[in-house]
Parts: sequence; C-alpha cells; structure tokens
Amino acid sequence: MRVIHDIHGGIHPPERKALSRPGKLQPLGLPPRLVLPLSQHLGGPARPVVNVGESVQGGQVLAEASGVMSVPVHAPTSGTVRAIERRPIAHASGLEDICIELETDGQDQWVPFEGIPHWRDCEPAVLAEQVRNAGVAGMGGAGFPTAVKLTPGQQRPIELLLINGTECEPYITADDTLMQLYADRLIEGTSILAHMLDADSILIGIEDNKPEAIACVRAAANQIDAPIEVASFPTKYPSGGEKQVIEILTGMQVPSGGIPADIGIVCLNPGTAVAVQQAVIEGKPLTHRIVTLTGEALSQPCNTLACLGTPIGHLLQAVGLAPERQQRVIHGGPMMGFAVSNLDAPVTKITNCLLAPTESELPLPEEPQPCIRCGHCAEACPASLLPQQLYWYARAKDQEQLAAHRLFDCIECGACAYVCPSHIPLVQYYRAAKGQIRDSEQERKRSDNSRGRFEAREQRLEEEAAAREAKRAARKAAAQQQAESDGVDPVQAAIERAKAKKAQQDAAP
Amino acid sequence: MSLLRVTSPHTAGRQNVYSVMRDVLLATVPGILVMTWFFGPGTLINLVLGGSVALAAEYGVVALRGRNPKTAIADLSVLVTSTLLCIALPPYAPWWLIVIGVLTAVLLGKQVFGGLGYNPFNPAMVGYVVLLISFPIQMSSWALPRDLTATPGLGEALQRVFLPSSIDAMTGATPLDLLRQNTGLLFDDLMMSRPELVGWGGLGWVEVNLAFLLGGLWLLYRKVFTWHAPLAMLAALGLCALMGFDGGSSDSGGSALFHLFSGASMFAAFFIITDPVSSAVSNRGRLIFGALIGVLVYLIRTLGNYPDAVAFAVLILNFCAPFIDHYTQPTVYGTRKTNP
Repeated sequence: MRVIHDIHGGIHPPERKALSRPGKLQPLGLPPRLVLPLSQHLGGPARPVVNVGESVQGGQVLAEASGVMSVPVHAPTSGTVRAIERRPIAHASGLEDICIELETDGQDQWVPFEGIPHWRDCEPAVLAEQVRNAGVAGMGGAGFPTAVKLTPGQQRPIELLLINGTECEPYITADDTLMQLYADRLIEGTSILAHMLDADSILIGIEDNKPEAIACVRAAANQIDAPIEVASFPTKYPSGGEKQVIEILTGMQVPSGGIPADIGIVCLNPGTAVAVQQAVIEGKPLTHRIVTLTGEALSQPCNTLACLGTPIGHLLQAVGLAPERQQRVIHGGPMMGFAVSNLDAPVTKITNCLLAPTESELPLPEEPQPCIRCGHCAEACPASLLPQQLYWYARAKDQEQLAAHRLFDCIECGACAYVCPSHIPLVQYYRAAKGQIRDSEQERKRSDNSRGRFEAREQRLEEEAAAREAKRAARKAAAQQQAESDGVDPVQAAIERAKAKKAQQDAAP
Repeated sequence: MSLLRVTSPHTAGRQNVYSVMRDVLLATVPGILVMTWFFGPGTLINLVLGGSVALAAEYGVVALRGRNPKTAIADLSVLVTSTLLCIALPPYAPWWLIVIGVLTAVLLGKQVFGGLGYNPFNPAMVGYVVLLISFPIQMSSWALPRDLTATPGLGEALQRVFLPSSIDAMTGATPLDLLRQNTGLLFDDLMMSRPELVGWGGLGWVEVNLAFLLGGLWLLYRKVFTWHAPLAMLAALGLCALMGFDGGSSDSGGSALFHLFSGASMFAAFFIITDPVSSAVSNRGRLIFGALIGVLVYLIRTLGNYPDAVAFAVLILNFCAPFIDHYTQPTVYGTRKTNP
C-alpha cells in the first residue's frame, strides 16, 4: 500500500460533481461550423496548409506544427474551409487569434490512418513523432505539447510515470467520465507512455470522490501484465495540481522553478494518455475531447464528446442554457477557470469544462474589505506561501519583497481568495504583480541589450582608434629606423624634398 | 446575451469580516455575564457607554476621511475594539475614563493609521495603556466581588459612573495586587489570609477566566483564529510561573494556576493577542509572539510596578511582530533542501 502524504493547506469547497452526471456521454450533434484556433497548445502556433474554399476530410492536417514546441491541427470532420482569419477564442483576456473556419458537410468522411500496433518494438523517438503528428497536447489545462514531455533526454532518467486523475476542481467530471468509459484505452495509453519514457514504475492517482472511476481503472489495470498501480487519496482542493499530486503520492517536491522530470517524474493527464493511445494504435489524431457542461443555468447538465472547434454557444444551447441578466460562462472550473467573453469562442484541446452558474449558485464576489491579516490564506495555501504578505507587497509594487516571499511559486489555485473573509481578489493581485515583474524583467533585458550594444560600439571605436594609432606609430618607427640606418634625418630630408618640389614648381611656368 | 467577465476564483467561502467580528463579540458574552454576576452591572455600563462613543467616533472619522461610514460601522470591528477595552476597564469607572479610553483606542489606536487592517498596535490596548499611565488611581480600583460586598443595583451603579465621588469602600485590590503587595506571607498562607483569595486565582476571577476560556474555545472551533498564539502564551506563562514558584515562599511569584486563572490571562490569550492585524502572521511567528507575551506578562506581574501586564506585553510584542515575521517565513513548496 502506497503511503499517502498530506500537502499543506487546501480547502473543501462544495464539489457539485453529481450535477453533470459523470460516467455518461450525451451526443449533442455536429455544429454547422467549426472554428479551429491555430494555438490550442503552449508554444508556437501551427502553420495553415489548406486554402479557403478547399474541401477537407476528417483527420486531414489543416495546419502543421511550426517547430518543436508546436503541434498540428486536424479537421474533426469533413467539410469546406471557409475562412482563415482572426476570431474570438476562449481566453482569459477575451483575445482574438487566427482560426480556421470549417463548414461541416455532415458526411463525416475521414482520411485513412496508419497506427503502430506493434509499438513495443518501436523506438521511443518514432512513437514521439507519431504523438506529435497526431496533435496531442496536454489535456489537463496547460496544453503543453506532449511529445516534448516524452523526450526528456538521456540526462534525465524517468523513474515514475504519474497519470494525474485527481480532477480536484469542483463541478468538473470530464476526466472522471473518461476514466469510467475508456479505462482500457487509458491503461494501454499508459503502457505506451511508460515504454516511451522507459519508466520504472507507473502510477495512476485518483481522488477518493470518484469510486466508479477508481474501480474501472483498477479492473482495467488488472487485465494486463504490466505493474500499474492505481492509488486513491483523500479529496481536497488543489490536490490535482501537478506539484501537489506529486507530493501526495511520492512525498517529493518539485524544486522551485523546476519541472517534475528534475526528480525523475513525468506527470500526464488521463485524457492525454487516451489521446496517445489513439495516436499510436490507430494513428487517429486528436480531434475530439470530453467536455463537462454544467451549472444550474443549464437545464440538462452532462458530459459530451465534442468536436474541437465547436462554438461554446452551440454546446450550451444544446443543453438548455437559460441565461440570467448577467450570465457568467466559465471555461474550466470555478476555482481556476476564466470567464468567457464571447460564446462564439470554440472548444479547444484544453477545454475540460464549461460552467454556467446561476447567481444564487455561485454568488458574485462581495465588495473587498481591508485585509485584517487573519492568516486564513496562509493556512489554505498549498505552496506554504504567505498570501497576506504577498498582497501587501503587490499593492506596494515591492518587487524585491515579492521575490523574497516567492511570488513565482504561487500556482494561482485561488484557495487563499476562497477563504479570505475580506473577499480580496488575491489571485488577481498576484497575476498583476507577476505581469509587472515580467515586464520589468523584459525592460531590464532590453536596457541591458542596449547598454551592451553601446559598450560594444565604444569598444570597437576605441579598438579602431588604437589600431590607427599603432599603425601610425609603426610607420613612424619604421621611418626613424630607416633614417638611422641611412644616416639621413627624415625631417631634414622632407624639408629638402619640399624645397626641391617648390623650386620645380617655380621653374615650371 | 451579455456575459459577465470576472476573474477566478468564482466561488468563495462563507466567512466575512462581519461574521468574524460578530463571532468575537458573541464569544465575549459568557465572560461578560460572569463578570456582571460577580461585580455587578458596572461592566455592562462600560460596554454600552463605550460602544456608543466608539460607534459615533468611528462614524465621524470615517466620514471625515471621505469613506463610507456605514460600511465601516457595519463590519462591527469598532464594537470589538470598544468591547475588549470596556471589559478590561474597572466596573463603575467614571464616565470620562471610558470616553477618553475609547476615543484614544478608536482614534489614536486605529483611525490615525488608516482604520481597520492598518493599525500596528492593538487599539484596545493602546486605549488601556494611555488610561493606566494617565489615571492610575481610577484604573487600579477594581470592584469587590459579590459575597464580600453587596453588588450595586443599576441606579446606584449609574450614579457612581456619572456622578463619581471619591473612591469608596466597594473597590479594593485585585488578587494580583495582593500578591504583588505581599511581603511576609508564604504563598499558601497568603491565599488563606483574605476572603478574596479563595480558589486558584481569587474569588470570582477563576470563574471569569473560565468563562473567557469557554468563549475562546468556541472561537477556535469556529476557526476564527488558530491555537498557536493562545496556547503559546498560556504555556509560557504557566511555565514561567512554575519556575518562579519556588515552593511558595513569601517571595514566590505565585503558582501557575494562580497566574493562568487570575487577572486577564484567559481574556488576553483568546481575545487580545489573537487580534490578527497587530500580531505576527505565520503560525510559527504566532507561537513566538504568544510565548513572548506570556513571558513578559509573568515578568511584569512579578517584577514590575503594575498589577497586571497584558497591555504592556501586547504592545511591546506588537512592535516586534514585523521582526518576528521576517524570521519566520514558512518553507515554500519546492524550496526545501532535500527530497526524501
């Protein structure tokens, strides 16, 4: 039995997971148009390889990866490319980005795929390429290109592959549903990942509020030979943070500023593992994902398997959105999700939940009151920070103290703001302060660069002047040497020459 | 459809400043009732008079500062300040003593620094110390408990507060005073020598302390504060008393039980040093903060010139709180030296 470690802090907000009835998928129909952003992952945007008006088939590459930190985008069904232009996307700041609009034709014709069924005989690098070509990026929220995680390099041997099925955010049941329905594929995907990483041990961690998922995954793990351990641990938010789940299950901490591979761990979301299974076994690219549609403003909350690119509004209408006067639609969960500003924004590879709460369900924040330094935030912080101190320093824009109090170790989980009796939007202060520090870092780099360039120019000019001087001195020395060897005074000789020249000029006319 | 854009988290717990302050006020009720039982309606008069002055002062100053006075009043924080101060003031103290104390606490202790959350010192203790230094006679005449004298009725009490005459026979030394003034008696003999010294901490005082302990435990249960500062203070005070007890000679500093259950010990541990604004912030910091207050309380009680010591000890540690904070930052995730 694995020792379960406790993490500092954490909170127990109402879970509300039953609302979306985990374990079932509700088909909601194909939308007439799909909008596929070129950046659904962390890193460089994909490069479009289709033209407006072109007919495409399901699974066809619409945009190719633009580098190592990039993944391609595929058509989720057959249809016609109608536009490649800036569209609103689901983004915390309500930004637009380049998207490919695909008019679906309802035929759902697909290009043939080629999988690698005998993956055990295959080099990890080849499998990683297959995963990258399938467009797989982390489906837990960050969208980190999975192939990059799977090639950690020789200097970092991986001891543990950890599948993070915690799903600690209230309301969200997408991973829960996936683990219940696709347990076999999850186990196969996990085995493939372990093979690629040459990991010594394999662990799937699931919070104990998902007994069905735990049972399904355990049963599937028992079907195969490979030693895959399924561990459950007590429910607490934010146990599902990558750093937190690693500490809970291993007792180790990821070094500040480092990544799990630094301590021999690779941590992946179960959705990502299933996507890897599909990519390797069938060669099928990532074009769909499970999305939780929940909140009391919806008449039929559920989980659905949605085409990437499906407009958020299409899904919410299909499950009976009855909007209030000031409706919130939250992308992600209530603790870390962001409010969507446009329902035309599409579902992407990182969209695990769309939450449409009523105001009585999740009341709007109260007016902030002065901090009374009660310390509840420090009690709740999973990173053992002192949020109240960070708040003061953020307000004072004291970057030195913010660094000393380790602002950048904040994972923005929102536990501090949740418990704050003064309802101070603490996370917002930290985000703003991080942004300011990054800005001034950039500014410092820029001015360092300018200074460097200026100093280089000064040095170059100095060197040129010195070289000229050296040349002149060398000429002078040479002339002097010659004079000494010839016995002629060079000054006298020059005067003689000038005199001769003048005499010549005078004589000439 | 217009969508509302707000940042995460989109949900919050139920506690707010009002509920915290309300809980603190409710937790003082048992202590106030026991005090009223033993010493008569004096404390109640203090509370009503002080509370009215405090509300008026807070309202006026916040309005002058151009803020919304209604929200400042509504968080109840000023009532907590005045309540804590008025519990500490002698019952039947003249009305002007209450007014000066409360005004000092609210204006000099709190509002000059910017109001709630910005005061470096515990406002109630600022008011208390100013009174103690300025009006030592009025401040050191505490009412005698019932059984030694008849507790006054409301009319008589009001007369004593608003038409103060000279110090009368109904006030006397507190058990802590008696201990400090003791020169020749062994501790056990001293405790037998006077009717007001029955029990561990003096007639009435043990019950008062138990009542505040009860209120404090309820606040702990309600998670208004953590156990660190109160436990550290009581443990340090008890430990010091044990070490200074010397078996109970006439020089004895008094037994541990005497120190824990006499004077303002429990009241201070759960209601004064737990003021979050002016204390250290981390749990480790609050352990140190509380322990040092416990030590200082013992030292001032036994070696100092004042009968009780809580106010001075708290103010001195308020000074030290930022310093303690500097050295007690918790080890942040991912920064510890070794992984297991």
